[in-house]
Amino acid sequence: MTDGRLPSRLDGIARKLNGPNTLGNSKAFWLAFAVGMVGMIAYPLVRGSYAAGQTSLFLVYGLLALSLSLIWGYTGILSFGQVAFFGIAGYTYAIVSLNLGGAFGQTVALPVAVGVATLAAFVLGYFMFYGGVKNVYVAILTLVVTLVLETFMAQTAGSEWAIGSVQLGGFNGIPGIRNFALGVEGASFSLSGSGFYWFVLTLLLVAYLGSRILVNSRFGYTLVAIREDAERTTMLGYNVKRVKLAVFTLSGALAGLSGVLYATWGNYMDPSVFTIVFATIPIVWVTLGGRESLLGGIVGTIIIERLRLWFSVNASEFAIVFVGVILMTTVLLVPRGILPGIRDGYVFFSEHGIRKGIERGRGTIQTRIQARLESVGVGGSETETPPSSEAVRE
Amino acid sequence: MTTGFGAAGMLTPLVIGDVLGALDSVGVPIPQLLQMADNIAFIALAAIGLTIIFGMMGVINLAHGEFIMMGAYITTLSVNVASIPLPVAMLLGALGTAVFGAIVERTIVRRLYGRLLDSMIVTFGLGLILTQGTRIIFGNSLQSIGTPFGNVPGYTYSGYRVLLLFAAIAVLGAVYLVFTRTEFGVQARATIQDPETARAMGVDTDRMYTITFAIGSGLAGLTGALYAPSATIVPGMGQSFLVESFVTVVTGGSSVLLGTALAGGILGTINAIFSNLYGNFIGQIALLITAIIVIRLLPDGLTGLAATIREKIGERQ
Repeated sequence: MTDGRLPSRLDGIARKLNGPNTLGNSKAFWLAFAVGMVGMIAYPLVRGSYAAGQTSLFLVYGLLALSLSLIWGYTGILSFGQVAFFGIAGYTYAIVSLNLGGAFGQTVALPVAVGVATLAAFVLGYFMFYGGVKNVYVAILTLVVTLVLETFMAQTAGSEWAIGSVQLGGFNGIPGIRNFALGVEGASFSLSGSGFYWFVLTLLLVAYLGSRILVNSRFGYTLVAIREDAERTTMLGYNVKRVKLAVFTLSGALAGLSGVLYATWGNYMDPSVFTIVFATIPIVWVTLGGRESLLGGIVGTIIIERLRLWFSVNASEFAIVFVGVILMTTVLLVPRGILPGIRDGYVFFSEHGIRKGIERGRGTIQTRIQARLESVGVGGSETETPPSSEAVRE
Repeated sequence: MTTGFGAAGMLTPLVIGDVLGALDSVGVPIPQLLQMADNIAFIALAAIGLTIIFGMMGVINLAHGEFIMMGAYITTLSVNVASIPLPVAMLLGALGTAVFGAIVERTIVRRLYGRLLDSMIVTFGLGLILTQGTRIIFGNSLQSIGTPFGNVPGYTYSGYRVLLLFAAIAVLGAVYLVFTRTEFGVQARATIQDPETARAMGVDTDRMYTITFAIGSGLAGLTGALYAPSATIVPGMGQSFLVESFVTVVTGGSSVLLGTALAGGILGTINAIFSNLYGNFIGQIALLITAIIVIRLLPDGLTGLAATIREKIGERQ
């Protein structure tokens, strides 16, 4: 993209979009991306408004996946709490929009809800990162916070649990959230079906491109440095705690935006978003797609959600089993996820040519099988050693 | 309900009743005390299996709740279906879960040593499969086997729940003995401290990891077995142990016994006080806030505090 034929401003943007921290910096990638986008934009025209409305949920979830990619894939902080911010924003949106009523209420409720989720992420992040909480402890604390929120929201069935005119409703949640609308009374437009689809697609595209610019900036390099070695990054003079807090807050905001869209998509909000199963799902998307790639999470989301939809229609009780199996097999067999896997394959074959590539691939597989056989013969794994708990603490 | 605990089991609640009566007469608030004991026992038992696996191997087993559920299921099914006496059924629950844990270590966890977050995710996936698999096979709930012993004489408090405090103490004591006084314990700790040297000294480190993981799983199963008579037996029951057990690991730090005992005591007391005053939810919130405060002040958890105190005493001498 930087061949000088583009106007200089576009050229500058292109330069910012590309970098070592994202997969797909080549012309071929952007071409495929553009074709994919055209397909996505045309989808409602081909499949109709209803299908587009259904599919827009996947895009809403894509924002949630993107938020997890940023915090986990790029900064190395595993957060089970993205659904907490997702849920907090959804609930806030429901409460504010239903209290204010009308299109104006909904327009106001969006920034308020995202703001509340961002604040929640900031407060939790402040206590964790400035409190020296690291590694697995972040994962545990975010999970515990989410589960505690579930306990809280599930017991709000009584009539004393009302904010303004809105009952929190316990397990049943808050029904009657209206489709998203922008504008003021008399001059507003409501979004549903295709309109909502395009709206979400635009937000997702902006969020994706924005995240690309972010991770390829100096800030993004710092994130990756923290992921690779937080202590060394501190030694080099970076304020690791502040950077962690910043990215945690940002990803909380993204998750919050996703939560608002979820609430308007389904027209209700209930505590199931805080359950342990829902907390796992974003991790499954991102693991499958490839966590160190922004697009990976989104692709993983669409694949998994498509399959989950199939399961919920055909064999609903096996849906969760399937999610668990996908999670385990991906981590064990394709630890980096499918998108980085495809990229590696592409690079491999384009470097070696197809015939040579296949030969080399065969060679690699043979050596691997041999190594495996030898290791079985010797009686196990010589190099696999768990770190001592002290090392883990650090 | 036949208890199968024999004469000792019949006697214990009576003895406890006498002791409580004596305490009551000197003005000790018995109901609160019982509640606290119950909470401490619950937290210590919920966490012990998790802390062993984490403290010794550095692996967070997110299927911990499901291991507890498995212990409870094996126990309940043994009693309901095979009419096995309750104590034997509990033993089966612990052993069955330990065997399952050993298989999981051999086939899955082993591949992920050194990839801490990945092992968390995989065990999480395993937990989902176990919960839903149990639901598919056994349905939404099992018939409960009922709580033995009845109430503590003179109080509306289940005698069995009081016994669980003694069970918790016994389990912690047994863990202490196994890891400090046996050949296996020494080898296991050597493996944790310095696997290379341990191997050079002839310790089969792979076996140590498997056994340690199996013990941790077995204790989770035992916890499930112990709570089987007084809990609702549903596939998702493991979740009710999750918050408490993880908070305990975070608060306690990496020392298995000391951390669990201290954190269990402190968190159990706090939980009892806040649950009594403001209900279950505030009790959990109090646990969470305590955990965050403890980590803020003591990055290595209560274990770290204990180590510092020990060092200071050593210096003085």
